[in-house]
Amino acid sequence: MTKALSTLLLPVFAAAVAGSALAQAPIKVGEFASLTGKEAAFGQSSHKGTLLAIEELNATGGVLGRQFELLTEDNQSKQGESATIVKKLISRDQVVALLGEVASGRSLEAAPIAQAGKIPMISPSSTNKRVTEMGSYIFRVCFIDPFQGTVMAKFARNSLHLQKVALLTSVSSAYSVDLAKYFKETFAAMGGTITIEQKYSEGDKDFKAQLTAVKAAGVDGIFVPGYYTEAALISKQARELELNCPLFGGDGWEAPQLIEIGGKAVEGTYYSTHYSPESSSPGVQGFVKKFRARYADETPDAMAALGYDSVMVLADAIKRAGTTDHIKLRAAIAATRNFDGVTGRTTIDAHRNATKSAVVITVKDGEFKFVETITP
Amino acid sequence: MSELLQQLLNGLSLGAIYALIALGYTMVYGVLRFINFAHSDVFMVGAFIGYYMGKLVPEHTLWGGLAVLGAAMVGCALLGMTIERLAYRPLRGAPTLNVLITAIGVSLLLEYTGQVFFGAAPRNFPAVFPVRSFSLGGVIVSSNQLIVIAVSVVLMVVLQFIVYRTKIGTAMRAVSLNPKAAVLMGVNNDVVISFTFGLGSALAAAGGILYALNYPSIDPLMGVMPGLKAFVAAILGGIGNIPGAALGGLILGTVETFVAGSEWSTYKDAIAFAILIIILLFRPAGLLGKFTVEKV
Repeated sequence: MTKALSTLLLPVFAAAVAGSALAQAPIKVGEFASLTGKEAAFGQSSHKGTLLAIEELNATGGVLGRQFELLTEDNQSKQGESATIVKKLISRDQVVALLGEVASGRSLEAAPIAQAGKIPMISPSSTNKRVTEMGSYIFRVCFIDPFQGTVMAKFARNSLHLQKVALLTSVSSAYSVDLAKYFKETFAAMGGTITIEQKYSEGDKDFKAQLTAVKAAGVDGIFVPGYYTEAALISKQARELELNCPLFGGDGWEAPQLIEIGGKAVEGTYYSTHYSPESSSPGVQGFVKKFRARYADETPDAMAALGYDSVMVLADAIKRAGTTDHIKLRAAIAATRNFDGVTGRTTIDAHRNATKSAVVITVKDGEFKFVETITP
Repeated sequence: MSELLQQLLNGLSLGAIYALIALGYTMVYGVLRFINFAHSDVFMVGAFIGYYMGKLVPEHTLWGGLAVLGAAMVGCALLGMTIERLAYRPLRGAPTLNVLITAIGVSLLLEYTGQVFFGAAPRNFPAVFPVRSFSLGGVIVSSNQLIVIAVSVVLMVVLQFIVYRTKIGTAMRAVSLNPKAAVLMGVNNDVVISFTFGLGSALAAAGGILYALNYPSIDPLMGVMPGLKAFVAAILGGIGNIPGAALGGLILGTVETFVAGSEWSTYKDAIAFAILIIILLFRPAGLLGKFTVEKV
């Protein structure tokens, strides 16, 4: 009993002696993440970025003279867990803000609870449009799906100088349909022509029919807003039909399997994504260096960079608000303009989504290579 | 014109694979009067045997490719016979529905065991045959398409020979016609049925290898869609009828390809299946099938 009591009191004494910086209570930030289970690879990455940002802020004296305290809870990548965890973080731990999740489905679970408790929530990398529509306290620091369509249209027109483009859309995925829609609008507005539109369904393996039609239509580029398995097979079959124009898509292409399955056929294809560790910008290079030093030479991926940025956007808002009061903090996050993060210059728009730049990656000699940054 | 010919070639090479799988469905139905739903998963196992064998032989060689094809066919023939021995033979004489449900069970068992052993992520199938493509009057012909069509034709001719020119083939037809009379004539039904499963599964394995060569991303659930299409092809041609299955496969593959290449590409499966319904309305027994009255 005595021992238990002294263990409990010890941190209090320590804090009292440590002086003015620690005299004030820490700023509690709740993080709910998929640290185990099927999305653990994404969740772990994001958590590492988040943790790095918190440690970095604390090392430089915190914000408003207060340290950050990160309370991380694992939802095991399971449906239903996030709601319970977020309730606990809000009511028992009294966090001032929430960070999470990688998966849109679980962000959607937590968002109504954060909204009801009027606790600002920032999602690092949920790209589904509906997440921030859940209420005025829900934000995100990544771009949303349709934006990539716009980015690739600009890239195709301005950098690849394409005039006639074919669309090959997966009709069974909302992601693909969204990207295609915005690509089409922007590309047409910039003076390009969509010569032919072909469709397929997720899980299809044979695309030769569609590609033969595309070839007959005569195009100088093909936009394939799908996922990596289909993208690899489509590239392969296009090359077999001697259709040698560039193919390009969105971040659904970003997986090592694209190169494993596509082999030589995916050389010279392009896709857009949130961030590239190869970008020459000082912000990115500084982040990569710090991350490598902290996590045994691991190169941070997009999830890690977005996790890091979610903390930095929050810290910046707290600094500008001058308080952690939830109403003022919400207003400060909503007023974020041109914040320079690792994943680009972020502005929070009226729908609480981030407007920011995207990067374009290409495949060269069997490796992903950074091409350029495209601003909205 | 060259686009039309190109689509025809694409369609025929897809249809040839459907035909190979359809043959397995139709042979088992012919002999046992039940649909072996595990057939499409034997097709998947064939592709995976090819994947592991492909690592042992040099890539892009004819003999390497044929060795992979042979190994997958032998492996799947054994698998098919084992399935028949363990899952279907104990149910001989039970109502057809029971066997059918067992077949669905075996199918799910293979799919999910596959996910445990091979993992759910798609894998890249090695290019075991030499790869070349050449242009014939604007039509791009890839060597894989030629291999698919050639292997299919050879296997169908061999199958036709086995069924109509050999003793075991005669026995198969006898069992198909009247199992009880066949026993009285001295045919060992167990051996014949086992052989039918082995033969059908070997064809499925060949289909799996050819499919994986053309669409080199394989996963444990890859058999589901082609299996369904081949099943439809078998019905379309007249289930139980061997040339009918081949014809059904070719028709389905060609129609699907032509629709997919048109502006209605979204409806490719819908139109292919609508054609099936229309044909069955006019010919309920399928294109080449004979309508027989079930004897009670």
